[in-house]
Order: sequence, then structure tokens, then C-alpha cells
Amino acid sequence: MPKTIYLDNAATTKTNPTVVEAMLPFFTENYGNPSSVYSFAAKNKIVIDEQREIIANSIGAKTNEIYFTAGGSESDNWALKATAEAYKEKGNHIITTKIEHHAILHTADWLEKHGIEVTYLDVDENGLVSIEELKKAIRPTTILISIMFANNEIGTIEPIKEIGEIAKENGILFHTDAVQAYAHVPINVDEMHIDMLSASGHKFNGPKGIGFLYIRTGVKIRSFVHGGAQERKRRAGTENVPGIVGIGTAAKLANASMKERADYEIKLRDHLIERVLSEIPYSRLNGDRNNRLPNNTNFSFQFIEGESMLIMLDMKGICGSSGSACTSGSLDPSHVLLAIGLPHEIAHGSLRLTLSEETTMEDIDYVVDELKKVIENLRGMSPLYEDFLKKQGK
Amino acid sequence: MMYTEKVMDHFQHPRNVGEIENASGVGTVGNAKCGDIMRIFLDIDDNGIINDVKFKTFGCGAAVATSSMATELVKGKSIQDAMEITNKAVAEALDGLPPIKMHCSLLAEEAIHAALWDYATKHNIKIEGLEKPKTDISEDETEEEY
Repeated sequence: MPKTIYLDNAATTKTNPTVVEAMLPFFTENYGNPSSVYSFAAKNKIVIDEQREIIANSIGAKTNEIYFTAGGSESDNWALKATAEAYKEKGNHIITTKIEHHAILHTADWLEKHGIEVTYLDVDENGLVSIEELKKAIRPTTILISIMFANNEIGTIEPIKEIGEIAKENGILFHTDAVQAYAHVPINVDEMHIDMLSASGHKFNGPKGIGFLYIRTGVKIRSFVHGGAQERKRRAGTENVPGIVGIGTAAKLANASMKERADYEIKLRDHLIERVLSEIPYSRLNGDRNNRLPNNTNFSFQFIEGESMLIMLDMKGICGSSGSACTSGSLDPSHVLLAIGLPHEIAHGSLRLTLSEETTMEDIDYVVDELKKVIENLRGMSPLYEDFLKKQGK
Repeated sequence: MMYTEKVMDHFQHPRNVGEIENASGVGTVGNAKCGDIMRIFLDIDDNGIINDVKFKTFGCGAAVATSSMATELVKGKSIQDAMEITNKAVAEALDGLPPIKMHCSLLAEEAIHAALWDYATKHNIKIEGLEKPKTDISEDETEEEY
């Protein structure tokens, strides 16, 4: 078996061993319920607040504005559904984009069935939202703008600060799904006028099953999970103490190393992009070349289908992902790739490779060498390529 | 991996990949929109025996494997025997396919029928039980609601 080269860090990341070590005592010795009175358990309340503070500091928020959740999807669901409920007197219109994660899109879809009107903004060929389009979409009834910080498939970073300014000028709440961006690019909720922000632990070397929602003081959304008084009565349920320690520790480490890590990943990323585009014919880069997550690459290769490519790469120890229909369980390829204007057949042949600080330049070169062979092999059996060559011949 | 060993074997080592120059019949089914296109080339002799068969496929692992298996199943068969190879037979010969990939085996059956239809049309003969193939078998499929 070849060595495993994991280039699917947008799907999930390896939990940092330091994080695991920090979590372990909270399963065994310090297992007490933070709501209990006796001291050994009550100490865990303090531990939780320490993690809250680490996260709050990392985005320029106040400690009591961070609410722990089970992850990005829950945070997104909460932000949208609770805002729609709490602000129904003010209006029933939400603005989002066509390239959001399904945690937003399917929630918006559900809200539409319950009386909420939703505008899905188009994006340009690089996946960027237009500020002009956003301004035009605003109505007197608009209560929320929810636009992702950075796209999970194509890595495009949206103009968050400008969007925040528009939201603020118009007195509309601004939520951003920052699951891919948090601890990878700098975020400041005040400078960017963000009112709510979703993040997830396992995207920055923390554990799975833990995330947070930042809710600015004054935003009046209520509880999403009813029950006990945990999380200032806004999210009931005994705290996931090991998970919270995990996400706090991961946040501390990832934010401290962010600049250095991003510089390193960008160097590898750009090398990967340059080699692929120059050495593999009929390939293209999806997403914005510059406003891009440091660790994201997303390519389309004409005449071939993504799942076949993934299986062949897997045989060479390379882990990636694709936006093809076959990998999504439906007949349609990725909604993000369609939204940036790719035809179906080109969207089916997409490959996302997302790096980490453990990726090496050697790994990148090995991946490109193998990828070239895989693509040549698949094109050799593709009727689309055959037709293309025949047309070229004429 | 959700695929059986046989599917993986046929995907990694597909049998009969390629083209046949001046084939007796060629059939192409599926569409790029749905991510599957299968093209089958048949070489049929004067006795109506399929002497050779080749394929080209754009599609997922299951699409490649079902194309490969389908060509293996029709090779050396008479037209009538080839007509009896169903998508179920192709899937069974691969020790099964995941439910969401069953349409790939249907595509293989359709591709053979399309190639036979092309042969029949060219030779002005009628093959019993053969109907004009649909060009896009995915038209009827709808996405699940959730």
C-alpha cells in the first residue's frame, strides 16, 4: 500500500494530539457535570468559560457571546431558524447565496415552506457575491443576510467586511457561516460587522461534534434546544466538556499558528495550481485565484468523471473529493460549480484537494505525477474525449 | 469502499476498452449532464455471432465496471443470447451494485441494445424484442424529497 496523502482537509482534519491530550482527563478524572454544586464538578464550569474566552478573543468578541453547539450545521440551523422566529414582527425576508453549504440552503428551503421569503444571490464565475446585487435584494422586510465567509468547495473568500457594512447601514442582521474560514483566515466580528458566526471544531484540528455560534449582544434570538439553563439558557443540554476543551485547545493552537501556516499552505497551494494548469491539458481552476482559502484547490478536468478519478487516486494513496453527482448521491453535480457557471459535464469532472500544514512539497509533486496518469487513463476510455479528438482532427 | 471486489476489479482492469474500426454496430447512451455516457462497439459476423466488442465510458466506477462486465457477457454470444442479458444479470455478475448505482447497469443494457439497433438498422433486419433505444435513460429519474 502506498503512503496515505490526505488532501481532504476541507472535509475534516486530523485531531491535533495536543488537543486529544487536553481532552482526555475530562472523560476520566474530571467527568463531573458542570452544573453540579460539589467542587470537582463545578470546576468544569470554569474550564468551559476559559475555552469560551479563548474563542471570543480570537474573533474580537466578548466571552458571553460564544455559544457552544454540536457543530457547524447546528449553528447554521440555529442562526437562521431562530432569527426568522424572533424577528417575524419586523419582516420575513432572508438574503443568502446560491453557493452556501447545505446546512444553510436546506434550512432556508425549510423556512420557505414556513412563510419566509428567501433571495438566493448569484455569484460571479469565481464565486464572488456582488455587493450591488446584495443592495438591490434588500427589502423593508429583510431581517437577515446570511453569506458564507469562505466557500467549502472552491475556497473563494467573500467580501465579508463590505457585506457587513451594507447589513449595518440597513439595520439588518448579518450571519456568516465561517466553518471553513475560522482559524484559517483572520476574523474580527466588530471590524466586519458580523452579528452571528458559525464555526466547527473539526475543521481546524479539533474534535468532531463540537462547534460554536457567536451571537452579538443585543441580537434577540432565543433557545434552539429547550431544557436546562446551560449556555445562558439558549442551548440546553449537559455541556460536552471534553469537546469544549478540545475546540478551545484547537482554537488556541490554530489561531497562534495561523499566519505561518497560511504562508506555508499558500506556497504549496500555488505550486499545485501552477503544475496542474500547466501540465494537464483541458484543466481549469475553480474559485477565485486570489481571494482564496490558503489550503484550497479545486480543479475541473474535461472529459472525465470525478468519482472514477477519486477511486484511482485512492489506489495511489491520495485522498481528495469531487463535486460529481456520483459522489453527492444525486444526479446533479455540485450546486456551487453550477452556480459559477460550469456546464454539467465539466462540473462532474471536478477534484478538490485541500492541504494541511502536514502536507509537503514532495506530496504535491507525487500527487500531480499520479494525477496526470489517472487523467490520461480515464480520458483514454472516455467517449467524450474520443468525440473531441475526432472534432479536432477535422 | 461501497463497491464489491468484482466491481473494483473490473474498474481497475476494465476488459475490452477501446474502439472497433468499421464496427457492425455502435450504440451510445446516457448523457454528460447526468455524468454517465456509455458507448459500445460490436463486431458481428455473418452468422450473427458477436465476435468482438469494445467500450468507452465516461462515468463513475460502477459505470466503468458495468460496461466492462457487459462486454464480457455478450462476447462470443449470438444476437438473441445477447438480447437476453439484462441489467440485473450484469449487476449480479458483479456481485451486486449499491442501490444508487443500479442505473449504471441499466445503462450497460441500453448501450448493448443501442449498438444492436444500429446493427439492425444498417443491415435492414429486425431483431426480436429489440425496441428503438432511448437516448437518455436518466430522464425519468427524480430526486428524493427530504
